[in-house]
Amino acid sequence: MGSRTNRPAALAAGVLGLSLVLTACGSDNGGDDTASGGSGGGSGADCSAYEQYTQDFPGIDGKTVSVYTSIVTPEDQPHLDSYAAFEECTGVDVQYEGDKAFEAQVLVRAKAGNAPDIAYVPQPGLLQQLVATGAAVPAPEQTAANVDEFFGEDWKGYGSVDGQFYAAPLGANVKSFVWYSPSEFEDSGYEVPTTLDELKSLTDQMVADGKVPWCAGIASGEATGWPVTDWMEDMMLRLNGPEVYDQWVNHEIPFNGPESTAALDAVGEYLKNPEYVNGGYGDVTTIATTTFQDGGLPIIDGACSLHRQAGFYAANWPEGTEVAEDGDVFAFYLPGQTAEDRPVLGGGEFVLAFDDRPEVQAFQTFLSSDTWANEKAIATPQGGWVSANSGLEVDNLVSPIDQLSAEILQDPNAVFRFDGSDQMPGAVGADAFWKQATNWITGQSTQETVDKIEAAWPAS
Amino acid sequence: MALAVVVFLALIALVLFLIGRISGRRGDRAVALGFVGPTLLLVAVGLVYPALRTILQSFQQADGSGFVGLDNYQFIFTNSDQLTVLRNTALWVVVTPFVATGIGLVYAVLIDRARVEAFAKALIFLPMAISFVGASIIWKFVYEFRPEQGNIQQIGLLNQVLVWLGFSPQQFLVNAPWNTLFLIAVMIWVQAGFAMTVLSAAIKAIPDDIIEAARLDGVSGVGLFRHITVPSIRPALVVVLTTIGIATLKVFDIVRTMTGGQFDTNVVANEFYTQAFRADQGGIGAALAVVLFALVVPIVAYNIRQLRASEAR
Repeated sequence: MGSRTNRPAALAAGVLGLSLVLTACGSDNGGDDTASGGSGGGSGADCSAYEQYTQDFPGIDGKTVSVYTSIVTPEDQPHLDSYAAFEECTGVDVQYEGDKAFEAQVLVRAKAGNAPDIAYVPQPGLLQQLVATGAAVPAPEQTAANVDEFFGEDWKGYGSVDGQFYAAPLGANVKSFVWYSPSEFEDSGYEVPTTLDELKSLTDQMVADGKVPWCAGIASGEATGWPVTDWMEDMMLRLNGPEVYDQWVNHEIPFNGPESTAALDAVGEYLKNPEYVNGGYGDVTTIATTTFQDGGLPIIDGACSLHRQAGFYAANWPEGTEVAEDGDVFAFYLPGQTAEDRPVLGGGEFVLAFDDRPEVQAFQTFLSSDTWANEKAIATPQGGWVSANSGLEVDNLVSPIDQLSAEILQDPNAVFRFDGSDQMPGAVGADAFWKQATNWITGQSTQETVDKIEAAWPAS
Repeated sequence: MALAVVVFLALIALVLFLIGRISGRRGDRAVALGFVGPTLLLVAVGLVYPALRTILQSFQQADGSGFVGLDNYQFIFTNSDQLTVLRNTALWVVVTPFVATGIGLVYAVLIDRARVEAFAKALIFLPMAISFVGASIIWKFVYEFRPEQGNIQQIGLLNQVLVWLGFSPQQFLVNAPWNTLFLIAVMIWVQAGFAMTVLSAAIKAIPDDIIEAARLDGVSGVGLFRHITVPSIRPALVVVLTTIGIATLKVFDIVRTMTGGQFDTNVVANEFYTQAFRADQGGIGAALAVVLFALVVPIVAYNIRQLRASEAR
């Protein structure tokens, strides 16, 4: 009997010992991340630009702000660097967490009561879902004042839900670009088109010259199909104008109405035309299996000449490719119906807070300032980052494509519209639209495609 | 985090210590309760409660604000894309367990007591050690497509073989419904080793005198396989079939990694994830989870009954 009573006691001792070992291994690994920054002009920085934060938000020294975002290595380092001066001057510690599964996880975390202090939300549609959970808090007045000063009305609107302002814009990108090879254009005597008709005749000219002008790739893991949605949004904006575009995004006109059907058909004239695509990859259906990262690469080998993709595609060119107006590759603005109208499709992230502690509000306000925008531009020596912040000095951007993007974003004549699928409800914008667009590339008719997307729209 | 672990372990230690102090007949019961109790509690918190909540949620709207009756289920069983999902899942469940088990069985019989048995076993068992995601990436390369133009070289094995034989390369993962079969091949590749291992052990457990007696009666070759081997290892066969069947119903990683559910290859588990987490359609996601659960239950029940029956013998 003795042995029986002793066994649990021995087990208990063992468990205790194990727990001691575990504690030793799991010693706190927080903090210290800030030391890795520094190249962003942090050390010994002039703190005068940051005094307002310690004044407006007293007692923030030594506090911590957690940031949750979809921006992961290597793009996260410039972000970390751009906080260095703020952290040093205010004493606030920013805990940065990048996660590729951000879009799915942030909702789970918000619903489960485990929200971060701040999330960088890349879609207004997701922003609305997050606000609907009740976990998000409106932006402080200092942030709102910054946004009024540095951003257009439209950008403020994308960060608002039901008239209440929640989130300031962070980064931005321009999607209405067509990548091309400047040297090929020069050698063949092609001109950068200024209207949609010119784009069409340029394409036909290329076919006549024995080329397969366009290349495209829409494979992107579970998000396969999204590049088609960008194409369609660009065409929607060009053929029907910004007002109809807004109605379409907000489902005030049906997805299978004549306007959007015409827009998708206009995309089909390019992407589903076997003479136009898919340079370097094969027939039309290869668009569905070519990754979006590989999509434009045949331009370098001369296998195709044109590739419609956002400015951030600059990061996908192989090392050593010169991205400049007189370099190996560059992009021109995807033209409108006339040379005068300049509709611009773009995207960006928004800074949504789930707590209103002073240090969170201070950091939120800092991110909406011109100080941060320029700090971030300087901390991004590789390029690939732009903001719609009007206080951003274009000269602080290193890459020509970023400078072009910033000029387009700050152009008063440009009509900016946010990526439509990013504003639609998740069931459409992050599911049906992608899926049906992929089916459309592999053979489904335009009518069936728009009908199925319309059917996926949530009832409420 | 570390603190939580310490507190948890300390609690367990305390419970065990207290149990250890009790002795006698009451002690036995206390010990039993001490060990089973936490497990029951965890099962209740981690399994029963979520299951009930999921069932409840499957009758609710996407945001859980109100009840919609059977609308979510109606959607699953009427929407054409959802029907494709169900069709694909059915195809997976019908094909995978039988083919994988069949290959494993034939292989086990063929290599039984062969000179290179150990090596041959290791060969087919190796894929078992690879995760579904890893296997999917390997097979994605096998199926990789490059167009037939210019000086472009195939990098996918299967397409290169086709080119050698004089055919044009195919986009294996794009053309439905065949692409689902190409995905199923990955699962079979992984699971055949498991089937082979279990069945090989079962075959070795057949008493020699039974085989001896059968041989004396003039049974050999296919007859021996049909009348002696298969009936003798029937319980093992059932276990292998049902285990692979359950794993197949839950298949998620392969579809997600190779096609993301595109090109009509979606299955219930992947669609559940998409609806619940990406499309923010919690109600439909929950309904899909319930459907999956309902499909697994009969297989599990059958499995348990067979195990009981074989133990009773």
